[in-house]
Amino acid sequence: MTPTLSLTLRIWRQEHQQTKGTFQTYTLKGLSPDLSLLEVLDQLNDQLIRSDERPIYFEHDCREGICGSCGFLVNGQAHGSQRATTVCQLYVREFQDGETVTLEPWRAAAFPLIQDLAVERSALDRIIAGGGYCSINTGQAPDGNAMLIGQEQALSAFETATCIGCGACVASCRNASASLFTAAKLAHLGQLPQGQPERRSRARSMQAAMEQEGFGSCSSNLECEAVCPKEISADWISWMNGEAR
Amino acid sequence: MNALNPRIPSGPVRDAWTRTKEELPLISPLRKRELTILVVGTGLAGSSAAATLAEQGYRVKVITFHDSPRRAHSVAAQGGINAARPVAVDGDSISRLFRDTVRGGDFRAREAGCHRLAEISSAIIDQCVAQGVPFAREYGGTLATRNFGGSLVSRTFYARGQTGQQLLYGAYQALMRQVQLGRVELLPRRDLLELIRVDGVARGVICRNLLSGALETHTGHAVVLATGGYSNVYFLSTNALKSNASAIWRAHEQGALFANPCFTQIHPTCIPSGDPYQSKLTLMSESLRNDGRVWLPQRRQDSRDPETIPETERDYFLERQYPSYGNMVPRDVASRRARELCNEGQGVGPAGRSIYLDLRDAIRESGRDVIEKRYGNLLEMYERISGEDPYAKPLKIYPAPHYTMGGLWVDYHLMSSIPGLFVLGEANFSEHGANRLGASALMQGLADGYFIAPATVTAWLASHSGPLVTQDHSACREALAAAQTRIARLVATKGDTPVDQFHRQLGLTMIERCGISRDAAGLSQGLQEVRELEQDFHARVRIPGGAEGPNLELEKGLRLSDFFGLAQLMLRDALAREESCGAHFREEHQTPEGEAQRDDEHFAHIAAWEYQDGADPLRHSEPLQFTALQPSTRSYR
Ligand SMILES: Cc1cc2nc3c(=O)[nH]c(=O)nc-3n(C[C@H](O)[C@H](O)[C@H](O)COP(=O)(O)OP(=O)(O)OC[C@H]3O[C@@H](n4cnc5c(N)ncnc54)[C@H](O)[C@@H]3O)c2cc1C
Ligand code: SF4
Ligand code: FES
Repeated sequence: MTPTLSLTLRIWRQEHQQTKGTFQTYTLKGLSPDLSLLEVLDQLNDQLIRSDERPIYFEHDCREGICGSCGFLVNGQAHGSQRATTVCQLYVREFQDGETVTLEPWRAAAFPLIQDLAVERSALDRIIAGGGYCSINTGQAPDGNAMLIGQEQALSAFETATCIGCGACVASCRNASASLFTAAKLAHLGQLPQGQPERRSRARSMQAAMEQEGFGSCSSNLECEAVCPKEISADWISWMNGEAR
Repeated sequence: MNALNPRIPSGPVRDAWTRTKEELPLISPLRKRELTILVVGTGLAGSSAAATLAEQGYRVKVITFHDSPRRAHSVAAQGGINAARPVAVDGDSISRLFRDTVRGGDFRAREAGCHRLAEISSAIIDQCVAQGVPFAREYGGTLATRNFGGSLVSRTFYARGQTGQQLLYGAYQALMRQVQLGRVELLPRRDLLELIRVDGVARGVICRNLLSGALETHTGHAVVLATGGYSNVYFLSTNALKSNASAIWRAHEQGALFANPCFTQIHPTCIPSGDPYQSKLTLMSESLRNDGRVWLPQRRQDSRDPETIPETERDYFLERQYPSYGNMVPRDVASRRARELCNEGQGVGPAGRSIYLDLRDAIRESGRDVIEKRYGNLLEMYERISGEDPYAKPLKIYPAPHYTMGGLWVDYHLMSSIPGLFVLGEANFSEHGANRLGASALMQGLADGYFIAPATVTAWLASHSGPLVTQDHSACREALAAAQTRIARLVATKGDTPVDQFHRQLGLTMIERCGISRDAAGLSQGLQEVRELEQDFHARVRIPGGAEGPNLELEKGLRLSDFFGLAQLMLRDALAREESCGAHFREEHQTPEGEAQRDDEHFAHIAAWEYQDGADPLRHSEPLQFTALQPSTRSYR
């Protein structure tokens, strides 16, 4: 028998943006260390439904750290204290037996609350719509090998391209800035030959979109980098600042 | 019901697509602006189709379940995407990829479709590169490739272990560009609940707005479904939790034929399951089989630490049984062998339901950093989930439901048996036959979306572009009422049991009766069990809250009620197919060596099921002709 744990969850409950929210506390016993935190919420929801209460609303889908759906503050930190992790990849074994864990939604003006632990992040899509692409129509592409791209360069572009749009960087920033998200996309496309023609206009228009959505500006407190599940470096933010000029 | 006409071009399969394209009618750019196309789903297939149709000048409305197109399940694909490009020295070619695809599908796919896929494959890579997809490169700067299961050539292009993510972001960015240009209206957080047919033609959909709960009617000149696969019918699968069959099931109930529902790929390399509350299974890309060797201890119930088991007491069973392909045999073969050995007591891990995938030799030969570079993120994911270090110990893996080769029947133009309803990507049944080779789903989804549908949808619209149906049309009102009734029924049940409990039970039944291997008795038994479970569900399910506002349990309940119908169809299909082929292994039909025994005389066809309200579904069949290739026994020995 593997030992089991008990956890006390303090969870932010709020019906919708207009109503007032509060923390509610639930204790779960006999949890397997192999369960993910989201599976603990599933288990809690199972109990809530059986006792005819409204289950906790949280976003999730892939449950393997790649879709960017999940995300809330765990003990005040976006996606919890573990390095390079989304909440769906947090496992019970990372917590102490009997620990109280506080869960609350991302807080940022550009991310309106939906319910409980979920917020609306479509502002990030609008930043991408602001220019986060190479303007190429289908069927007009040249041979992919005609353009040689060094291994290191391809890898560096890839690493910035791995941003999953989870919004943790915004939620952890005291100005609720989306700079890391935007810089990541600019760095992805700006490091590749395909991204060169629109490089400067892309930087300008994406930064303008970011401001328009009500994200704050970056004051270099580096919290974003610390919580980013894909470990995107905040150095790209300073790189971005050089791009639009 | 329309007669089953697959519209396969006559003449040799080589160049059949080129010939077809030349003959397809076109529409003037001015007229395109007046035509609306509904695209449902924003995975690789949906996003690429929507972006391309918008580029062509149509008005496109994109409907998706997710909050953002970037989250579609395609984002999770790890391994890579195939393309026939004669880049390396191993002599790959279109005809070789074509042959591997038909043979990999165990001669249950259309030759013409497979050939077209191989022809288009190379253009997909070019398109994605131009969009900025950061594929892995060789030192010299050319595109890198790797090997994948079921193939002897290196034709898989990749972006570390996140190929699906990068390809999807490419398509998503192309889509967002069209949103910005005002050509695409993006409608996220919508659940398709009904298809609207006017005079038999698909003209719209009813969706539930997942935030407000409001039902919406959207109409168009054509409807494109790209809503992904349904292996969540097994509850535990590698699919994202919201993957569902609802859209295709509603279309099926409206008359779209459902093809080969029982062909489900069970992927051999997944992290095995543990706790009863476990909600999903995580895939470990099979590209690991390039460097990882699969083995089990020779001794049964051997509980020794794997590192302490000497070489002579290890059974590298795939290398032993399949000398030419070894660890690279196709997925169905690898899965079956794993299950057999575990059934015989040779398995390791919890309940003896795992086998080892060992990177030790590769690390020894190439060094840890090379392996880390190749598979770093996968191995990190493994460590996080299992709590064990894969660089020090072999990974424990087991087969899990992964990909559904079945789906709505479509003709060569990707049109279903409902005129005006096109189906792309994993939601259709095309190209993979009874078994899908690794790295071919991404290729198919993008071929459908970037290249095929844009041409064939145009061809259809050229002669079907009348005025847009308005929302007060009786067909729209009827579909709306049907959706309302289904929701009301679920909400009113007020039983005592959450949806997930029924879903878990359905999954257990399906994996047991219709999983890696099947037999007649089990399948019949399964049908009975699913019927009972469905009744139980409708009597006892509890959906807290009502139809308004966000309601996750209602979403799940609607999805599960469709899975019950689909599960029964899968069991029926498996029962009717009295042969073994690809992923469909009927115990009654095997060779003395335990390999799948096909019956080409009676089953060289696609099974296409017709829904009948209140009666058993009807099985139609589309015979398969092989002219370029001769059906042969698949052998990987
Ligand atoms: C873990 C994993 C790894 C894989 N790795 C590989 C690989 O390496 N190579 C490879 O070739 N293939 C791989 N595959 C398979 C491949 O990823 C999928 O087959 C493919 O991405 C499916 O794409 P799609 O566009 O058809 O559907 P999806 O990406 O599933 O998209 C479906 C879309 O439809 C929407 N939708 C669904 N239902 C509804 C509804 N009712 N209403 C509104 N919208 C709806 C969703 O929101 C989503 O946008 C992998 C699959 C998995 C699960
Ligand atoms: S930069 Fe990192 S934290 Fe921010 S959205 Fe992207 S992945 Fe999430
Ligand atoms: S659920 Fe997809 S990243 Fe967590």
